[in-house]
Amino acid sequence: MYAQMIKSTGQGVKSLDEMDPDERAFQERINAGGKIEPKDWMPDGYRKNLIRQIGQHAHSEIVGQLPEGNWITRAPTLERKAILLAKVQDEAGHGLYLYCAAETLGVTRDDLTRDLLSGKMKYSSIFNYPTLTWADMGAVGWLVDGAAIMNQVPLQRTSYGPYARAMVRICKEESFHQRQGFDIMMKMANGTEAQRKMAQDALNRFWYPSLMMFGPSDKESVHSAQSMAWKIKMNTNDELRQKFVDQTVPQAEYLGLTVPDEHLKWNEETGHYDFSEPDWEEFFDVLKGNGPCNTERLEARNKAWDEGRWVREGLLANAQKKQAAKLAAE
Amino acid sequence: MSDPLFEYLCRLGDNTLVLGHRVSEWCGVAPVIEEDIALANTALDLIGQTQLWLGLAGEVEGKGRDADKLAYHRDVWDFRNLLLCEQPNGDFGQTMMRQFLFDSWHVMHLKGLMASSNDQIAAIAEKSVKEVTYHVERSTDTVIGLGDGTEESHSRMQNGLNKLYPFVGEMFLSDDVDTAMADAGIAPDPASHRAGYDAHLDDVLTEATLTKPEDDFAHKGGKSGTRHTEHLGHMLTQMQWLQRAYPDATW
Amino acid sequence: MSSPESSPYKDSQASEHTETRATEWPLWEIFIRGQHGLSHRHVGSLHAPDAEMAIKNARDVYTRRNEGVSIWAVEAHHIAASSPEEKGSLYEPSNDKVYRHPTFFDIPDEVGAM
Repeated sequence: MYAQMIKSTGQGVKSLDEMDPDERAFQERINAGGKIEPKDWMPDGYRKNLIRQIGQHAHSEIVGQLPEGNWITRAPTLERKAILLAKVQDEAGHGLYLYCAAETLGVTRDDLTRDLLSGKMKYSSIFNYPTLTWADMGAVGWLVDGAAIMNQVPLQRTSYGPYARAMVRICKEESFHQRQGFDIMMKMANGTEAQRKMAQDALNRFWYPSLMMFGPSDKESVHSAQSMAWKIKMNTNDELRQKFVDQTVPQAEYLGLTVPDEHLKWNEETGHYDFSEPDWEEFFDVLKGNGPCNTERLEARNKAWDEGRWVREGLLANAQKKQAAKLAAE
Repeated sequence: MSDPLFEYLCRLGDNTLVLGHRVSEWCGVAPVIEEDIALANTALDLIGQTQLWLGLAGEVEGKGRDADKLAYHRDVWDFRNLLLCEQPNGDFGQTMMRQFLFDSWHVMHLKGLMASSNDQIAAIAEKSVKEVTYHVERSTDTVIGLGDGTEESHSRMQNGLNKLYPFVGEMFLSDDVDTAMADAGIAPDPASHRAGYDAHLDDVLTEATLTKPEDDFAHKGGKSGTRHTEHLGHMLTQMQWLQRAYPDATW
Repeated sequence: MSSPESSPYKDSQASEHTETRATEWPLWEIFIRGQHGLSHRHVGSLHAPDAEMAIKNARDVYTRRNEGVSIWAVEAHHIAASSPEEKGSLYEPSNDKVYRHPTFFDIPDEVGAM
């Protein structure tokens, strides 16, 4: 998902009896559906994990502006341009909300940004894939935002108050993103032959990377078990991936497009679709930095940051001058 | 000359189209997230205004062209925007200087249009002026903040001003189209805004510790379409590409 | 969303930090009164060089420029916040009642009356 491969303490989940009183009270509060707020006592691992997870989520929103931003200047109508711009702007806003949530845990946005730019912190693998045609704007909205929503809706109930509140706001704004993507796909799928070809090609290229967004199976993972006990992860990766496939396949059929998986079929017994796993080797390659666009994405963010430095410094210097003049006048 | 009202509406719509496009180029790469979001809002406002102005232009023309047809299927010589609007973004300082120079004129111009004898124009102006009043506040603050910021931000803003100032004069030049509009009570005479604009510029530049270039030379040829800069063609190549490559498609 | 009650922490995956660096814009908490006459409500935070820009940024980030709203911006470190009570009593059931209070939850507008 937007926060993939987050590793927690690496130790198994402790039982309540093994915990000291602080930790036990903390865990019982979470078990009872309570929220943890910034100044509350929390285990070190919980804080550390949240910073990584929220930070990675925020980075994903910010880097996620780039693949769609790639088409703003080429959008085919004024209305499409406005919708896409508003959507990518929302992603900047979501990054902002999430950085603010992370800041309540004692890091600053600049700290997190530096770690993104140095490659120390990651962002979602999906944004290292290129957007090659206008149909990709449809596929990204439909599939990528569709997958993201699967994860974000349950996170509105996450145990950390500021994170949960950020997710509520994000989900509220996100509601139009997937629809605008599907709307583009409908137009393309029902359009000229060239448009249908673009639409199918976009689905072919984005299907497996979208399935990878949920991360590898974590049924056996102690990290996931701990995160779920802390309610900073609400479902297993496999649950969400299955839900995504079940929801998306009928939509592809409606569009008259073919999901690029010859093993895809409805399973009467389980009540779910059977489907092929994505190529996990590719996933780990992308995480390591070898995806098609890793270099460009990080370069773009570094360039924006470096070239923006004089602006941030200039406006701050001016604010400080004004403040000093105000004090002198008093 | 074709219908002066059509020409005039293309001027309004092409200004916002071309500048909105330029501003949208910043999406995702601005110096700080808050500025990224603010620039996108400005671009969105300008694109929205374009739909109204060019939509009305198409109606007035009566040949079945809508705003998209006008935006995506005209070539450089049919564009009627001010040369200022098509200038490349440069660094953030140049972008904000361009915005400030344009907004300061835009808001005055729209206020004048609110009294237009043409009700549709007056209505679009009234809607737009609310948005543009905020644009000019924001770009003014930024020009002051960066002009009187650090040494580096000051010199970058001064460079931006030096580079763009020769494109200011075109806003106040009058031609046959402007005269026809003024005579019909549709739009104010462009020259009438010069004094107010200069006064505003002087106030802001003083506060920003920037120096207005002494040479008042003005490039022209944008709003008449006779001589655009080379930059516009490249912008249209990108903006219009899908529409031109797939003329049968709807999007 | 953010909260004025940040807690200190130095050891994260993000680089260690001691204080806000010289170039980092201060954090502001944003409160907005909507058109319906309710009191100002905390909507989130943002960074800005000064109060004036904080209000402008809030307009762009949090209101998407709806007219008729009032914005307050308070620098985060100027907010005095209550401390969590002594551990132990903090987790007593009575304290959970705040979470049953309907205004605690941010319900999306689309959901309607609840």
